[in-house]
Amino acid sequence: MNSFKKLWNWLDQRANLNNLLTVALKEPIPGGPSWSYVFGSGLIFIFTLQALTGVLLAIYYTPSADHAYTTVAYISKEVASGSLLRGIHAYGSSAMVIMVVLHLSQTFLWGAYKGRREVLWLSGCALLTMILGMSFTGYLLPWDQKAYFATAVGTSVAGEVPFIGDLIKRFMRGGSDMGTLTLSRFFAAHVLFLPALIAGLISAHVYLFRKAGAAGPFTEDPVTPKSKMGYFYPKQLLMDIALAAFVIAVLAVIAATYPAELGPQANPADTQFLGRPEWYYRPMFQWLKYWNPPYTVIGIMVIPAIVGALLAGAPFLDRKLERRPWKRPLAVALYAFVLGGLAFMGWQSYRDDDNMPTVKAQIIAQDEETQRMMATPFEPQLEGTAHAEASPAQLSAAAETGKALFMRNACFACHGQNGVGGRGPRLIGIGSRMSSDQVFELLRRPRAAMLAGGMIPSPLKDDDLRALIEYLKTLK
Amino acid sequence: MSKKCCSDDHQHKHDSESQISVQDFLERRSFLSVLIAIGGAVVTGILSVPILRYVFHPVFAKTTEIGWSEVGPSSDFTTLPKPVKKVIHVEQLDGWRKIISEKAIYVSRTAQGELRVLSPICPHLGCPIGWNDDLNQFKCPCHMGTFTPDGTWVSGPPPRGMDGLDTKIANGKLYVKYEYFRSLSPKKEAV
Ligand code: FES
Repeated sequence: MNSFKKLWNWLDQRANLNNLLTVALKEPIPGGPSWSYVFGSGLIFIFTLQALTGVLLAIYYTPSADHAYTTVAYISKEVASGSLLRGIHAYGSSAMVIMVVLHLSQTFLWGAYKGRREVLWLSGCALLTMILGMSFTGYLLPWDQKAYFATAVGTSVAGEVPFIGDLIKRFMRGGSDMGTLTLSRFFAAHVLFLPALIAGLISAHVYLFRKAGAAGPFTEDPVTPKSKMGYFYPKQLLMDIALAAFVIAVLAVIAATYPAELGPQANPADTQFLGRPEWYYRPMFQWLKYWNPPYTVIGIMVIPAIVGALLAGAPFLDRKLERRPWKRPLAVALYAFVLGGLAFMGWQSYRDDDNMPTVKAQIIAQDEETQRMMATPFEPQLEGTAHAEASPAQLSAAAETGKALFMRNACFACHGQNGVGGRGPRLIGIGSRMSSDQVFELLRRPRAAMLAGGMIPSPLKDDDLRALIEYLKTLK
Repeated sequence: MSKKCCSDDHQHKHDSESQISVQDFLERRSFLSVLIAIGGAVVTGILSVPILRYVFHPVFAKTTEIGWSEVGPSSDFTTLPKPVKKVIHVEQLDGWRKIISEKAIYVSRTAQGELRVLSPICPHLGCPIGWNDDLNQFKCPCHMGTFTPDGTWVSGPPPRGMDGLDTKIANGKLYVKYEYFRSLSPKKEAV
């Protein structure tokens, strides 16, 4: 007996390890392992991955409106591997939603909610809402324009609920407007409250699953399966691990190729910014467009409640033990209809944006601004009492002239006082993003997206335009 | 014992597999267990390198630093009949923030004409040392430590002279690196 075995036995006599492992690994699967059963453990893997990368992000992140954005920029631009880990976490939420849809579809189509599995199914439905809650709360945390306005849209939708809508909205926002309190409560929900609930629910879900037993192929009797039993170990475990390796590899490649975005910092004064939710919320976003007062309540409450009740009630409504999909045409058709409808509305949402030139131009401009922000090097946040004096507004003569031109020609009307942004893009930091000549060229011949947004080719004389650019370069 | 893990309904379906011993169950099919180990290694491998780099970032990269502060044009300090007090802006990098604070310093010259920039913080217990024109001396208000115009100890409890700060001249301007030093120690040690 080698020393590892000795140690193992020593531990086993005290911690009953063999028994524990056997319970975990000797899970019977009627008909044996299959690739169609991997999605549940796929979800557990992604949850673990999100928890791990989330804890890592918390090492540098600060949940306050003053610092959140800077700390996320710091993670993305300064910390070694920060962009990669943040990317894995950000794209991980999409992976989670995709995996949930796969798991739900597999369970539904296989009729695996049948045969004393009502509570198991309900705990799964609860987990589904928790996951949607996780992506909703997590999306705000970087506190950039996208995050801010997507959450503004999301929380005002909640405000449409009759009677208690305003209460819900203020509860979510921590007040009537979005601000640092919104960020704090979203953070607490995202990293403390929801994960604790999810961990508990996952345990319950797995426990109930083991009690009910794996349902096996859809030809199988859900209560007393008749096929020969296979076991979780080793083949199913291998398949599950293969999926985990695939998921992490794909996430890592995507995160390394397309770094998670961080646009300009949230600017509540910007009335032009178009808030758009993440892709998996697009169907809901589109759906709400169809329902105008006085029917809004049907769109945001009645129909979602019916769909939710049908889904959660599946094991109570569809009580026959028949599991083969083709013998359950109504259930399968309803499921396909809802899923297909969601996919269609998601597509419509993107198409609508694409079909409206002003919207399209604005979204392109926003994306370009995001890319520019991501290309600028990290700037530490200035703090301290001497800040104002340390960077005195000492303008050169040319810049003074430029400032006067900026105000006189009403540039400020769109780009904001001191270029903070408004209807038009923020100009602060433009000097570090573009050369004077590039700005000159852009002012003389604005791009199509800029023209669509209301920008005009500058009528100023060359000298005046140069002076204006001198001023723009001082905006920091 | 292994039967406990499964639903009651599944029990009767157990074939001979349920009879095999725990050890045999865990140890068989070694080829597949090797694959499982490889899969686990892939997952751990992809994650561990970035995680270690990320967690250890502040250990290997400079995340806190005090920058050079501008004192003024070096020509202002070519001749100094007596020390002059200057207020500088100290930029201190602290992770993702840069703290800017105002600090007072004294610019002085030794009898040999050598430039010295002095921290006004008393090496005794840290009180702010002031210049006394009448005495032509630096004097600490707390325990009456006194120093010459170039900061050399004269009298009182301070264990050493006033602390000189690192200076450099670039583009005709005098820069200083503001630092704090351990109090009560006869040796000047940055903290
Ligand atoms: S603190 Fe200056 S003499 Fe004691």
